[in-house]
Amino acid sequence: MRFIFKTDYAQDLRLAKHGGHVFWYSLLLVALLAAPFIVSEYWLAQVTFILIYSIVGLGLMLLAGFTGLFSLGHAAFLGVGAYTQAVLTNMGVPFPIALVCAGGLSAAVGIVVGLPALRVKGIYLGMATLSFGFIVEEIFARWEKVTGGNAGIHIKAPDLFGFKADTGNSFYWLCLVITVASTFVIMNLLRSPTGRAFVAIRDSEVSAQSMGINLARYKSMSFAISAGLAGIGGALYAHKLQFISPDQFSILQSIDLLLMVVVGGVGSIHGAFFGAIFLITMPQLIAGVKDYLPAIIGQAPGLQGFVYGAVLIAFVLFEPLGLYGRWLKVRTYLQLFPFYRAGMFKRQKSFQKSDRLK
Amino acid sequence: MQFVQLVISGIAQGCIYGLIALGFVLIYKATETVSFAQGELMMLGAFCGLACMTFLGFPFWLSVLSSIAAMAAFGVFLERLVIRPILGQPAFSVVMLTIGIGYVARGLITMIPGIGTDTHTLPVPYKDQVWKLGELVLNVEQMVVIASTAVLSGILYLVFSRSKVGLAMQASSQNQLAAYYMGIPVKRLNGLVWGLASAVAAIAGLLLAPITFVHANMGFIGLKAFPAAVVGGFGSLPGAIVGGLVIGIVESLSGFYLPDGIKDVAAYVVVLIMLMVKPNGLFGDKLRKKV
Repeated sequence: MRFIFKTDYAQDLRLAKHGGHVFWYSLLLVALLAAPFIVSEYWLAQVTFILIYSIVGLGLMLLAGFTGLFSLGHAAFLGVGAYTQAVLTNMGVPFPIALVCAGGLSAAVGIVVGLPALRVKGIYLGMATLSFGFIVEEIFARWEKVTGGNAGIHIKAPDLFGFKADTGNSFYWLCLVITVASTFVIMNLLRSPTGRAFVAIRDSEVSAQSMGINLARYKSMSFAISAGLAGIGGALYAHKLQFISPDQFSILQSIDLLLMVVVGGVGSIHGAFFGAIFLITMPQLIAGVKDYLPAIIGQAPGLQGFVYGAVLIAFVLFEPLGLYGRWLKVRTYLQLFPFYRAGMFKRQKSFQKSDRLK
Repeated sequence: MQFVQLVISGIAQGCIYGLIALGFVLIYKATETVSFAQGELMMLGAFCGLACMTFLGFPFWLSVLSSIAAMAAFGVFLERLVIRPILGQPAFSVVMLTIGIGYVARGLITMIPGIGTDTHTLPVPYKDQVWKLGELVLNVEQMVVIASTAVLSGILYLVFSRSKVGLAMQASSQNQLAAYYMGIPVKRLNGLVWGLASAVAAIAGLLLAPITFVHANMGFIGLKAFPAAVVGGFGSLPGAIVGGLVIGIVESLSGFYLPDGIKDVAAYVVVLIMLMVKPNGLFGDKLRKKV
């Protein structure tokens, strides 16, 4: 068991709380850097997807997990980023500039979508983002001059001022660098006054407001950062797939992104990564198990949807803190062994508080 | 004439939206949670009707009644099994949960071999009949939709304003804790509300089935019923029907008079405008928040 003896307020703000963090995360980073030499090409592609989805997940986690605003149309931001990147790259714009534009445009769109968020909340916000998602998808499909319509659009390999990241390995490292950078940005943001303001808004808007937090400003900011990260993720997604079409950014993608955040664990940075790992490895697991099931179940087309739904239900019912919550419990159990009590992470039950008559 | 024709088909489509929205609103009013599975419940209802009519060979009325009853029972069961355990958790948990239920329902139906992936027609007695009224050509299927919606709304109105159960539901929707203190069995009521919402969804499914087809993805129409509920004001039963009609008519007219593609997003454009202009909807109550 580890006791952290705090002698300084700055200790609370440190990114790495103790030596163990430094050691394990460095090890993880080394392993990730060396991954191209260890794992096969196929699995490297999967890890790249995990990294890309983690970036999007980080953005959605900031919005949903830390600001308490749920977006049912996040795939639209992903799409805006992807299409911006595709169009700019095909025009010959270098990768970093295109990436900044993709993130920036997504963020700008995020602010526009965030505007209703200042007036409405709860389910109405969900509706606003859902509607926005549908409209954007339709725009992708109809604005054929730019987006290529339903036929989709091809995208060239990223070009970093002459250096082309066109192999699986180089693109993987590119994604890794961007993922690590975004993680640090989010971690730093969350320990800054801005991040604290987000959390305050999540916990109680009224108290946040009375502490002098400008709700409109911080909510728009949260939407912008979240959408910007989704846009960056979308840009990488476009490069990875090399081909994008409107149906990749439909409501199902938005729900997948939410599923990722919920299964990973709402309100934790780890959750975004756990969720991304879940989202990418789940289809592989299903494909692996399929052959052992009776053909009538294993070959049925609805199997994947069924499993996704069942997993989602199971997590909401039994583990609302997601995979990260489960990990926390396991860790606490090991740290406190043999003094772990069953009720340590017990959920508080409360009578439903009305949104309407509060 | 064409305009009237368009408006009538818009009303018929709007009634379907309204009926699904009615399910959302019922659940939202009584339990303050939003069900994303309403479209899938409707799909299950339609499949239920299909099973009764074609495989069990029930006569039309018996299969309608039995599928509505089956869906109501299923709704109660669903509430008991998965919704009640998370009562008191943040509203978003229920949203994710119902999305999960939707996935499972769609997955299960698709997994039925030979039936799940196909589209079916529901053999109703009024299939493909038309009434001619001067220049107007009225589709009987659409007329049935409009008439049933009117009757159903009337019944629901009476239940909610006159019957003891309806009053209890109103009370528990306004303040669960106070209702509980007054001796209203809030948990049992929640179960009833889910049953009622599922029954309404089943009716919507049975009404929609002759117009479109019965297939596993027909539940996606539920996503258009959300705008209907929001336009009407999420907490208002008449609002849900009126919202549905607004969305249906706008969609039908924009499909004819406006360029291609606008029809599919018309509902969402309307709801976004509504949220900016009047976030509480047409019939929503204006409530201020007290600390």
